[in-house]
Amino acid sequence: MFVRGMLCAEFQRGIMSRTVQCMLRRDILCRSSPRHSPSVCRVESYVNKRSLCALRWSCASVAVFLGGCNMDVLSPKGDIGIQEKSLILIAMGLMLVVVIPVIAMTLYFAWRYRASNTKATYAPKWSHSTAIEAVVWTIPCIIIAILATITWRTSHTLDPYKPLQSNVKPITIQAVALDWKWLFIYPDYGVASVNEVAFPAGTPVHFEITSDSVMNAFFIPQLGSQIYAMAGMNTDLNLMANESGKFEGLSSNYSGEGFSDMHFMAVATSQQGFTDWVNKAKASASPLDAQTYHALAQPSEKQPVSYYTSVKPDLYNDIIKQYMGDMNMGRIGEPSPSQASAVPSPNDHAKASE
Amino acid sequence: MSNVITADHGTVAHGHDEHHDDGSKTLLGFWIYLMSDCLIFSALFATFAALANATAGGPTGKELFDLPYVGGETLLLLVSSFTFGVAMLNMHAGKRNKVMAWLFITFLFGASFVAMEVHEFAHLINEGAGPSRSAFLSSYFTLVGTHGLHVTCGLIWIVVMMDMVRRFGLNDAVTRRLSCLSLFWHFLDVVWICVFTIVYLRGVL
Amino acid sequence: MFGKLSLSAIPFHEPIIMGTLLMVCLGGAALLGWVTYQRKWGYLWSEWFTTVDHKRIGIMYVILALVMLLRGFADAIMMRAQQAIASADAAGYLPPHHYDQIFTAHGVIMIFFVAMPFVVGLMNLVVPLQIGARDVAYPFLNSLSYWLTASGVVLVMLSMFVGDFAATGWLAYPPLSELKFSPTVGVDYYIWALQLSGLGTTLSGINFVVTILRMRTPGMKLMQMPVFTWTALVTNILIVAAFPVLTVALALLAADRYLDMHFFTNELGGNAMLYINLIWIWGHPEVYILILPAFGAFSEIVATFSGKPLFGYKSMVYATAGIGVLSFLVWLHHFFTMGSGADVNAFFGITTMIISVPTGVKLFNWLFTMYRGRIRFTLPMMWTVAFMVTFTIGGMTGVLMAVPGADFVLHNSLFLIAHFHNVIIGGVLFGMFAAVNYWFPKAFGFKLEERWGKASFWCWVVGFYMAFMPLYVLGLMGMTRRMNHYANPAWQPYLIVAAAGAGIIALGIGFMVLQFVVSIRNRAENRDLTGDPWGGRTLEWSTSSPAPFYNFAVLPQVEELDQFWADKEHKRAYRRQERYADIHMPRNTGVGVFMAAFGTVLGFAMIWHIWWLAVAGLLGMVGSFITRAYDTDVDYYVPGAEVEKIERARLIPQPGIDHVDPAKAGQKVA
Repeated sequence: MFVRGMLCAEFQRGIMSRTVQCMLRRDILCRSSPRHSPSVCRVESYVNKRSLCALRWSCASVAVFLGGCNMDVLSPKGDIGIQEKSLILIAMGLMLVVVIPVIAMTLYFAWRYRASNTKATYAPKWSHSTAIEAVVWTIPCIIIAILATITWRTSHTLDPYKPLQSNVKPITIQAVALDWKWLFIYPDYGVASVNEVAFPAGTPVHFEITSDSVMNAFFIPQLGSQIYAMAGMNTDLNLMANESGKFEGLSSNYSGEGFSDMHFMAVATSQQGFTDWVNKAKASASPLDAQTYHALAQPSEKQPVSYYTSVKPDLYNDIIKQYMGDMNMGRIGEPSPSQASAVPSPNDHAKASE
Repeated sequence: MSNVITADHGTVAHGHDEHHDDGSKTLLGFWIYLMSDCLIFSALFATFAALANATAGGPTGKELFDLPYVGGETLLLLVSSFTFGVAMLNMHAGKRNKVMAWLFITFLFGASFVAMEVHEFAHLINEGAGPSRSAFLSSYFTLVGTHGLHVTCGLIWIVVMMDMVRRFGLNDAVTRRLSCLSLFWHFLDVVWICVFTIVYLRGVL
Repeated sequence: MFGKLSLSAIPFHEPIIMGTLLMVCLGGAALLGWVTYQRKWGYLWSEWFTTVDHKRIGIMYVILALVMLLRGFADAIMMRAQQAIASADAAGYLPPHHYDQIFTAHGVIMIFFVAMPFVVGLMNLVVPLQIGARDVAYPFLNSLSYWLTASGVVLVMLSMFVGDFAATGWLAYPPLSELKFSPTVGVDYYIWALQLSGLGTTLSGINFVVTILRMRTPGMKLMQMPVFTWTALVTNILIVAAFPVLTVALALLAADRYLDMHFFTNELGGNAMLYINLIWIWGHPEVYILILPAFGAFSEIVATFSGKPLFGYKSMVYATAGIGVLSFLVWLHHFFTMGSGADVNAFFGITTMIISVPTGVKLFNWLFTMYRGRIRFTLPMMWTVAFMVTFTIGGMTGVLMAVPGADFVLHNSLFLIAHFHNVIIGGVLFGMFAAVNYWFPKAFGFKLEERWGKASFWCWVVGFYMAFMPLYVLGLMGMTRRMNHYANPAWQPYLIVAAAGAGIIALGIGFMVLQFVVSIRNRAENRDLTGDPWGGRTLEWSTSSPAPFYNFAVLPQVEELDQFWADKEHKRAYRRQERYADIHMPRNTGVGVFMAAFGTVLGFAMIWHIWWLAVAGLLGMVGSFITRAYDTDVDYYVPGAEVEKIERARLIPQPGIDHVDPAKAGQKVA
């Protein structure tokens, strides 16, 4: 269904990151305007912008009418995303079986039975036909029955909570939506990061997601499903990247002023690359204790990527527990006399009140 | 060309056609209003059910509710429904003064109910179990309070109707309105029985 | 004394807002000055503001909707402009603080103050005429409903200049809409504007259910009602069943904000998911409340202009009722990504798909109404064909998102935005435009001219596709909704196309205004003397255009569907009576205006925490209502002689008026 023009196919070649993407575009640009050599291309940025704009326009118009250009959701790089893409295409195809004839019939009937066409049959009394009515009820029913079956099946196979089947041991990452950035905690490694999440490609990733503020949604379009992040609650999401690469992630649920910058980079690495990444985080100077967390949780915009080591044990659960119950439970990192009794670990308390 | 026909064609005969309100239209509309009000209460009940355990470490219904006291409230409201019924019987019998008297008695019962409820609320708030304490208490106060607010509106309506009966007698408009008020009053009774069962009985047991 | 209100509430430092304020003040002053100069205040007050005539109330609703359409569209074009330039993290020209209010206001205004008044206004105008009634069941309540809607409008417009509006998205999801995260008065404006207009809508709903059930002309059975009336009946039942839930959701949010309760807060056991459920239990029926009357209008139009009875009337009725019931069983599809279990998601996904069956049947019925017809391509019919094509696409993308697995990647993306604009513009708005062109002569006595109307039509259709098809693509590219700026430059070209599309729609709106102006100026040319300018089939066309205030001098007798058509065929449609009976009519009243005015004061005072004023507003409202109850002079009789005079003037014998050739109808009037 999605016919792609040559231009788009060029575009299509994975948007690994914004930089890669820009280079790609420069590439295309140079090919499409043979007067400039690639180097010239880079220099004459003004010309670039102008012709780039024209290119964008033509690409957009092609895309609008042909569909399929540069689309994250339709160029998935993870198992879940791939299944969801084919689900979208199957469902669309199934519906087009009835949608295309309806549109065609609408236009054809409108043309054929126009008042000026006196040759067409005119049946001024005809308003009922059991046969036609049976057909128009049956066809949508059949299509919906098929679609419903698919829906039932895929709702279960694609359930975000369902662990992915793989021989590789899954890795758990806890994602916390803060105003307005994402905190990623690696409970098994004792490290954490802000606005960048890394995991090995080919390994199932089990995300545990919550919010320490308003509702957000955790979404990496090229890997598949999204799910809400809500304070005092945990939601699960299981994803896997099939290949290494950098994928844009974002909050897809509006959460206030800084929302537009609440995006992050998801980095799928090799196994070695991941170990390196963890070591880089471990080497970070800042431990993520209660106070650091408290400072981090304050609203901020365009937060740069940062790494943390020595994450306060059970931090994720404490974040959730802040909202679960007793009013005596203080906010993390806010020293209060009552917190001593509420927080089980005396070490943590000592840290918090230092 | 236009045919002239006589005026008494079918239903045309008179201006007093069925579009003139005979009361049944008002009652139907009022019923529908009550249904929508019923949905307001349903949504509040659903909210209460969803938040019934969200006590946030605060007091639970079991610790707070005084069943005999609430039983007293219930009794007042049930009796008021009965006295309203008597008022309606007198209305149909056309006994204007008795209608006013029974409306007044109903008012007294209703007002006592509201007074008891206000007292109960004040007591809870003094104990530190106000609506700000937990989601459970928020939903409790809102559900019971909304009912109480309805009863208060009913009381104002009763006062207005007593005055109307005094002024206009039992004319069409007044009987129609009394019928609506009667529906409203009994409806509040039914809602209260649900409140009593779902909020208090289930809370305590 | 003035609560939170002080001079600093007026955003003097925002040039865009101050400019708008200046224009509103100048425009308003010019309008008021003109009315004063023309000495029309008395006329406006006694004939329009205080009217209980359903037709005039309907007209006022539609005017309100059109005015608010301009406001809502201004918001839209500002957003499109912002997104077209705010690429690669450029800031654009609207800071988030302002932009966030704009998209919230856009959604709220378009749904509550454009689509709703449009739909309710249309039902007001048409339903009593279609069922052969002289008014609605409760004329005073009808006036009150209108003015309460107007109070909502006043508050929303006021929020632009005094204080701010909610910056939460149009459904004000908590915890974002809680005091902790939205400490300004914006959300309070939202709550009170919607509560006031919502009360009006609920009252309207009750009014119309009773009207349709109890006030049909003698002989008209339910299964002989025109399809528009059927859709109106189902819509109003949905209103009565759904709006109370909205009232509760907003009231609980207000309790959180005003009384420090904890329904939806993060802390102390509050549960935001509860709000999201409640709001969508209202919200999903709401979209059917909007679309069903549009379906009804299309049904009337397609039958009239195809010169045939509607194909599959019974199917149509059952489909409408089925959609009405199902609309309450699908709300969860708005948040598949909340983490409900697979069974729950699948259940709501499938119920959603099932709705597409009756909807599909409707489309087929319109198709087969056109089949073997003699289709006259007037404006209403053009809008209808555009709708059928556009809505089919929107329906398809809707069903796609009903599949939870697909929704997991499409939710909250611009694909979703494209989808619901596809059905709401392509369905509701096109329907309302078709209806306005179709019923305009019945309301005013002359047809709208076609040239500017067609220009407007083409601009709207082309503009719509240009503005929203790129959004589908952007959704698939992973762009989420409500972004003030974005990092990915690949999105920009599509957003520029979309902005250009919005520009074309702006032209469409401009041409529409021109269409009204030119039509009013040239009204003599387009006058409809027969009362039946299109060759209509239903009762509203049997009376004069504009319909007299009592609608029907003699209540029509109905024995079949499309009674008026049959009457025309049997040459008994236009008959003069020898004598006319007195007609019982309700008297105009200003109480609705007063109550709504007090309501506005109440809302404003609550928003700014001016408690004494709130008490005064409430007492004013209740007091005016009770005063009204004491008023016994609420109706009167129109003497038969006067009716006769009016009717004689209309039914001048005209050659050939009894005989209607459907293919030529509409052209026969000089």
